Amino acid sequence: MNNIVCAISSPPGVGGIAVIRLSGSGSIELVDTVFCKPNGKKLKQQAANSIHFGTIKQGESVLDDVLISIFRAPHSFTGEDTVEISCHGSTYIQQSILRLLIDKGARLAEAGEFTRRAFLNGKMDLSQAEAVADLIASESRAAHRMALNQMRGGFSDELKKLRTGLLDFVSLVELELDFSEEDVEFADRGQLKDLASRIEKRIAELTRSFQMGNALKKGIPVALAGETNAGKSTLLNTLLNEDRAIVSEIHGTTRDVIEERISIEGVSFRFIDTAGIRDTEDTIEKLGIERTYRKIEQADIVLWVIDSTQASEHIEWLTQQIAEKTEDKKLILVFNKTDKISGEELKILYQLFDRFNVERIHISAKKKLHIADLEKALLRAAQLPDIQPGDVVVSNERHYESLSKALVSIQRVIKGIDENISGDFLSQDIRECMNHLGEITGQISTDEILGNIFSKFCIGK
Amino acid sequence: MDFNYDVIVVGGGHAGCEAACAAANMGSRTLLITMDMNKIGQMSCNPAVGGIAKGQIVREIDALGGYMGIVADRSAIQFRMLNRSKGPAMWSPRSQNDRHRFIEEWTRIVSNTPRLSIWQDTVARLIVRDNAIVGLSTLLGVEFRAKAVVLTTGTFLGGLMHFGATQLSGGRVSEPASFGITEQLKSLGFVAGRMKTGTPCRIDGRSIDFSKTAEQQGDNDFHKFSFLPNIRRELPQSSCWITYTNERTHEELRKGLSDSPLYNGQITSIGPRYCPSIETKIVTFSEKTSHQLFLEPEGVDSQEYYLNGFSSSLPFPVQLAALKTIPGLEQVQLYRPGYAIEYDFFDPTQLKPNLETKLLKNLFFAGQINGTTGYEEAGGQGLLAGINAHINCHGGKEFVLRRDEAYIGVLVDDLVSKGVDEPYRMFTSRAEYRLTLRQDDADVRLTPKADALGLAASDRVSALNKKLLEQGELVTFLRNFSVKPVHINPFLRSCGSSDLKHGCRLSDLLLRPQFGLADLAEALPVLKERIEQIPFLREEIVESAEVLLKYSGYLEREKLVAEKLNRLESIPLRGRLDYATIKSLSTEARQKLQKVDPETVGQASRIPGISPSDINVLLVLLGR
Repeated sequence: MNNIVCAISSPPGVGGIAVIRLSGSGSIELVDTVFCKPNGKKLKQQAANSIHFGTIKQGESVLDDVLISIFRAPHSFTGEDTVEISCHGSTYIQQSILRLLIDKGARLAEAGEFTRRAFLNGKMDLSQAEAVADLIASESRAAHRMALNQMRGGFSDELKKLRTGLLDFVSLVELELDFSEEDVEFADRGQLKDLASRIEKRIAELTRSFQMGNALKKGIPVALAGETNAGKSTLLNTLLNEDRAIVSEIHGTTRDVIEERISIEGVSFRFIDTAGIRDTEDTIEKLGIERTYRKIEQADIVLWVIDSTQASEHIEWLTQQIAEKTEDKKLILVFNKTDKISGEELKILYQLFDRFNVERIHISAKKKLHIADLEKALLRAAQLPDIQPGDVVVSNERHYESLSKALVSIQRVIKGIDENISGDFLSQDIRECMNHLGEITGQISTDEILGNIFSKFCIGK
Repeated sequence: MDFNYDVIVVGGGHAGCEAACAAANMGSRTLLITMDMNKIGQMSCNPAVGGIAKGQIVREIDALGGYMGIVADRSAIQFRMLNRSKGPAMWSPRSQNDRHRFIEEWTRIVSNTPRLSIWQDTVARLIVRDNAIVGLSTLLGVEFRAKAVVLTTGTFLGGLMHFGATQLSGGRVSEPASFGITEQLKSLGFVAGRMKTGTPCRIDGRSIDFSKTAEQQGDNDFHKFSFLPNIRRELPQSSCWITYTNERTHEELRKGLSDSPLYNGQITSIGPRYCPSIETKIVTFSEKTSHQLFLEPEGVDSQEYYLNGFSSSLPFPVQLAALKTIPGLEQVQLYRPGYAIEYDFFDPTQLKPNLETKLLKNLFFAGQINGTTGYEEAGGQGLLAGINAHINCHGGKEFVLRRDEAYIGVLVDDLVSKGVDEPYRMFTSRAEYRLTLRQDDADVRLTPKADALGLAASDRVSALNKKLLEQGELVTFLRNFSVKPVHINPFLRSCGSSDLKHGCRLSDLLLRPQFGLADLAEALPVLKERIEQIPFLREEIVESAEVLLKYSGYLEREKLVAEKLNRLESIPLRGRLDYATIKSLSTEARQKLQKVDPETVGQASRIPGISPSDINVLLVLLGR
């Protein structure tokens, strides 16, 4: 989807200067492809809210001398990365620059689109209490459309089923209220509870799938744990191919938890480098270790990195501790620095950890040996084959929020059925549930409910 | 003879009578034009008023100073509070009425209302100057001038009745239809359509074997429609009788289907899905082997019975053959067969929320002309149209009810925002704030508004004030009075409720579902005494206090939702945006907004096809 929009933002016609505005993530980089600063520096490296003189070039020819203002998300009118190009006011220049930007991948903005983006990004008067509820609806609707486009048919199918279930349920409740005098069969409480429970189950499943969807979107959390100096940071750097974490020979260099994302065969992993675990009197380091345990809690996969040259009974004991903390997670033992030991020693090492019955691989982070094995192990641990094209995954935070609220409402409905409260009160909670889900299933209108009743029951005294 | 009026109301049915009385009572010199002044307030279909959601509307009409409740109480020959086993939002009053008495009561009211005159004639043409209505002329060639005109034409505009293959022009049996107005309005740019409704046969009660039917009696408690203390039921009460169709009935009906105007293409317009003819029932729900029917008495001195559930436009011989298979009707003697009727209506999105047409100033529509059905729906609209017609003549802020204020508000807002695709009937499920729109407190919601308009007589206002005072004192008493376990536990046990361990305020005790205030009073002499001190409308006051306390949690929650949503209602929209130029709206939204031209953002949000993101675009453009 093309997310960068551009338009001439000054009034139409010929003026002294004109302003062309681009908005959307990647706008600055896009302008970099056509803009030359005299000193050759890129806009990407410039500070937010700064102005730069230079030329706009189409191939080798100069189109115009311009001033460029750059704004970075969220501190711009739209709340996105924004570039404003002040060029000379001739229509030809305006049009040429606009065309050039479109060639480079921007899209012409629809009328009001900057405002709309500003609105959707929470830049406009949104603190005003009266607008908040509607904003949420709007954001999720926009997000809804995007999500629907992105996802395969399964998602909308699932929502359709949920919607039909709800419609049938609410019809039965309303039937008993508005048509109590009719000679039709009303659902008994058991039937109602059955239906409500089915709806609840469906909503709960979708809600749970959010965690999965979230993982897909944000990366599967992987904790890198191990003794100090086992080579965790080196491993992370090897995976990242850049020196992000601080690496040194001094034990306990990594005191802060560092997060990095890498993509392996298109699957995103979020690496959490942690401080090394060892017996220590250093207060700061102790705190770091505590934090490590907490981070392990948040991970789905734990890479327990072991210095092959120092494997001992001590490390076996520590591994035991970690294994206990990771019972509900995927634990992978990574023997590092295996370039420094013999094949025989490696074999013994493998045997030493036989009793843990977990996946073991050996690498050398520093020499970049067998890193592919580690990557394969990560992919296996991510258990991705479980997601089929037709599977429903909620990955949108707003959907998740709506579903969670709907879940609370439908649970109240079930409680109400158990307590045998009257349908008009049940209906209050059902409507709340429908309103929450309305943002993602499409609202269910009264006319639709009545239509459903008339099509299924013979009404008419 | 006066030929100049403030307000002229065309049509003397349920909408027209309310409109005429409201305008006159507010001070307008008013003329009611009816084709037959012996049929003022005629019940064209069943001899019954109220029912679920409709009964609430009657209470609202009464609370606003209208007359339907008073007429219905005085002419009632059976009264029931429906849905008593459900929550208080669902309690719905309904009456069977003496058809002649109903007309007499209305006639008495209409002919004794100051400033209100009646002219018996048919309107042929509206007189229009500068996009405003200024008067009308009649078939008798009389011309009347008016500052405002309310059209309540019922089924009379282009009315066409179907008895099998026999088609008769008319608005009701033996009453002529009216022509000209539809054509004139269409030429002025109005969009008109056709709707269909039907009515069952009328039976001579002497031919019914009631022993083969089941009796349904009315309630005989304090409930009634009118909030006025001196209005009560005056007639002897009677029963309705229940019988059923069977396979043989259906067989007879099926034999006649090829001659059914509904199925042979003779009738093409839309009928109400919730009120299908008997032939529609057996076709649509062919698996059902039996349908319930009600024999409803038409009056104290009449032998006429209305066969509820058997509306039909099949040829008379088919109807008769089918009727004879029904238990109790083997020897049936008919007064007349059922029939279907088609009539003109105007798409109500052509109206503003005050029921004035957008195209012609000072022209108002109310009732079936707007695509609704039902006496109650008509009455509610008539009342509003009469009030606003008066306001148009004499100045003041237009009178509109919100969706959280009245079913009438829901009704009008639905009509002008959504339009209709079948005859519109009220259901409680149409209301977002069902718990707020209860029948027991319609006076609390609406009588102060009627008072402000000058429509509430002093006895109505003082009845409300006394009720509020007494109710408030009773609620305070219940909130402050604590009961000791020893005094109440035997009672709780007898109701299957759990024992108290500590003292408990009566208001908290009342939250328990197993008993009500009256039961509690039987167990607690102090409470009983306290209740007996209420000098006035005792049962009503006890009931409304109980509702307030028992369901306070739900009521509070609904109020919060309403307050949140009402913010959109306060943002005016009409005339502020040129929808055609707003590219960020969907094409459908642009078209719908142009067509309906909503008054507020809240109204816009209810138009089908307008999405929440469209609303947000509007809010952005309005600088919100």
